[in-house]
Amino acid sequence: MAQALESDPDVDMILGMGTREPTVPLERAEFVTADQTYSILSRIVRATQVDTIVHTFLVVDSTRVSGRALHEINVIGTMNLLAAAGQAGSPVRQVVVKSSTLVYGSASTDPAWFREETPRTSPARTRVERSLLEVEGFVRDFAEDNPATVVSVLRFANVLGTDIVTPISTNLSRPLCPAIAGYDPLLQFVEEDDVVRCLEHVTRHRVPGLYNVAGAGKLPWSEVARICGCRLLPIPPVATRPAAAPLVRMGLIELPPELESLLRYGRGVDTTRIGKTGFTCRYTSAGAVDSFIGALRLRRSVGHAPPSYTYSQDIEQFFRHSPAVVHNVPDSEAPFLRGPS
Amino acid sequence: MTTPKETVEHQRAALVPLPRGEDATRSGHRLSDVDEWGRSEHTRALARKVFAPIYDNWFRVEWEGLEKIPRKGGALLVANHAGAIPSDAPVIMHGIEVELKRPVYGMADFFFKSVPWFGTAWARVGGLPAHPDNALRLLRDQGQLALVFPEGTKGPSKTYADRYRLRRFGRGGFVEIAMRAGVPVIPIAVVGAEESMPTLFRIPSLARILGVPYVPVTANMLAFGPLGVVMYFPSKFKLRVLDPVTFDVPPGQERYSKSRVMEEAERIRINLQETIYAMLRERRSVWFG
Repeated sequence: MAQALESDPDVDMILGMGTREPTVPLERAEFVTADQTYSILSRIVRATQVDTIVHTFLVVDSTRVSGRALHEINVIGTMNLLAAAGQAGSPVRQVVVKSSTLVYGSASTDPAWFREETPRTSPARTRVERSLLEVEGFVRDFAEDNPATVVSVLRFANVLGTDIVTPISTNLSRPLCPAIAGYDPLLQFVEEDDVVRCLEHVTRHRVPGLYNVAGAGKLPWSEVARICGCRLLPIPPVATRPAAAPLVRMGLIELPPELESLLRYGRGVDTTRIGKTGFTCRYTSAGAVDSFIGALRLRRSVGHAPPSYTYSQDIEQFFRHSPAVVHNVPDSEAPFLRGPS
Repeated sequence: MTTPKETVEHQRAALVPLPRGEDATRSGHRLSDVDEWGRSEHTRALARKVFAPIYDNWFRVEWEGLEKIPRKGGALLVANHAGAIPSDAPVIMHGIEVELKRPVYGMADFFFKSVPWFGTAWARVGGLPAHPDNALRLLRDQGQLALVFPEGTKGPSKTYADRYRLRRFGRGGFVEIAMRAGVPVIPIAVVGAEESMPTLFRIPSLARILGVPYVPVTANMLAFGPLGVVMYFPSKFKLRVLDPVTFDVPPGQERYSKSRVMEEAERIRINLQETIYAMLRERRSVWFG
């Protein structure tokens, strides 16, 4: 995201914030490490006078973090972020939030295509879904209280791609991937490049509103597994949780509760509204699967690419501020702030 | 020797993947023909092949007025619903697909989607949950034929004593959808389905325990034993397509007058009921028509 924005001469300054250091080289973007609830954000906003915040740190994968950390990051982190953006005399004019189609849940009573205003049909039971709903609630309130600020919320479908690791990608990269016996749900995917392109699109064009983002079409889970060359491991449709628990414990499969319901009923979101703003995903759902498996095959052959870049404060400082370095970065006037993806 | 500036430029060129060229959509390779509704034409063709002998030789289906169903464009087909495990849905879908060579999507209760194996098979042969959004997308955006049974489960769950007496047509939702999508409603009267699997009585307590809409005890179960769950009586099927009903209201509205909707739904229901009675008056035999 920061790389994409760096190439735009209209953006004067980019400031990244995250709990980990960036893994790609950034030419102009500054970087600050923060704790997971981003409590220093309001000071940074005051100090740098940023006009845009791109909020990409929401956790949508409950297998990586504990329930408490999930709450801290998603709910408290967002509260801090919105508090910083909404403080008195705030320079922030735009907030972009990266959410997920998990907010719709997955149930047998769902429509085949959720529009942005379609309510979910089943109560949210998983922690991730509840925290995302809470976060979107905060963002809605923030948008109401700050009508002068452009607020965009993007709900992305399941992300697949060359680098991103999700329970779905982990399962698909193994010889056996879980399926609920008797169900073959239709799924939508979005490629990670399209995620970045879409964030960039709404940021650059200042598009307010709530949008679904997903690749065109849907494909059944069995076909996804077949494309990725893994066999389906059927888990009984009743007592799914206890049956899957030992397999999850042994590390054979990943099956967080939100994936379990997805593997039963699937989910589809209608992307007409984002299309009307002039954005189309470059990858279809099947294209995203293809991109994922292509990258996986390459990795299987040549191994993980060695880290071509390591963030080092000293070197970055040298490149950016030493008089010996020749560069033509314009002066910061309207700085820009983002979180890590 | 390179200056630091060149080093940075070099790194950017080598490592930075963005922005990529504005190339065409990457659509990937599909391995099956399952569409966005879960329907597979391949599976559907297979189902037609299996069902053809039953359609032709067991039920000996006869149609009247098939020409009233449009060859292209969306239309909402509504029919009366009967038989413990309704045989009318596959008969109508099979008939129209064979005769008109265009797909029919059968809309039914959400319940089916939640039944393992059955739900998946049902989706592959063209079934989908009867959600208003689903119907609207099918009819308006995709111009397809959708089949609904406005009686819902009230139709097939009724006992043999109530045969051919149409139940309430829901809340008239089907009329509202047709109005919004701007497509005609085409009623189809079906005679024969009631006798193919008559329900003698129901076991509501078992239905509650199993979490299913109803548990019927059918004459087929008494006649064929366990096989009766899937074995139909060879009643003669006759179907009559009624004149398409169009509504002179602007499409695309969020809401339509509830009284107008109910009135239209009731008119269609009465028309269908009268037609069924007329067909029954002409019928000499349950088995030979």
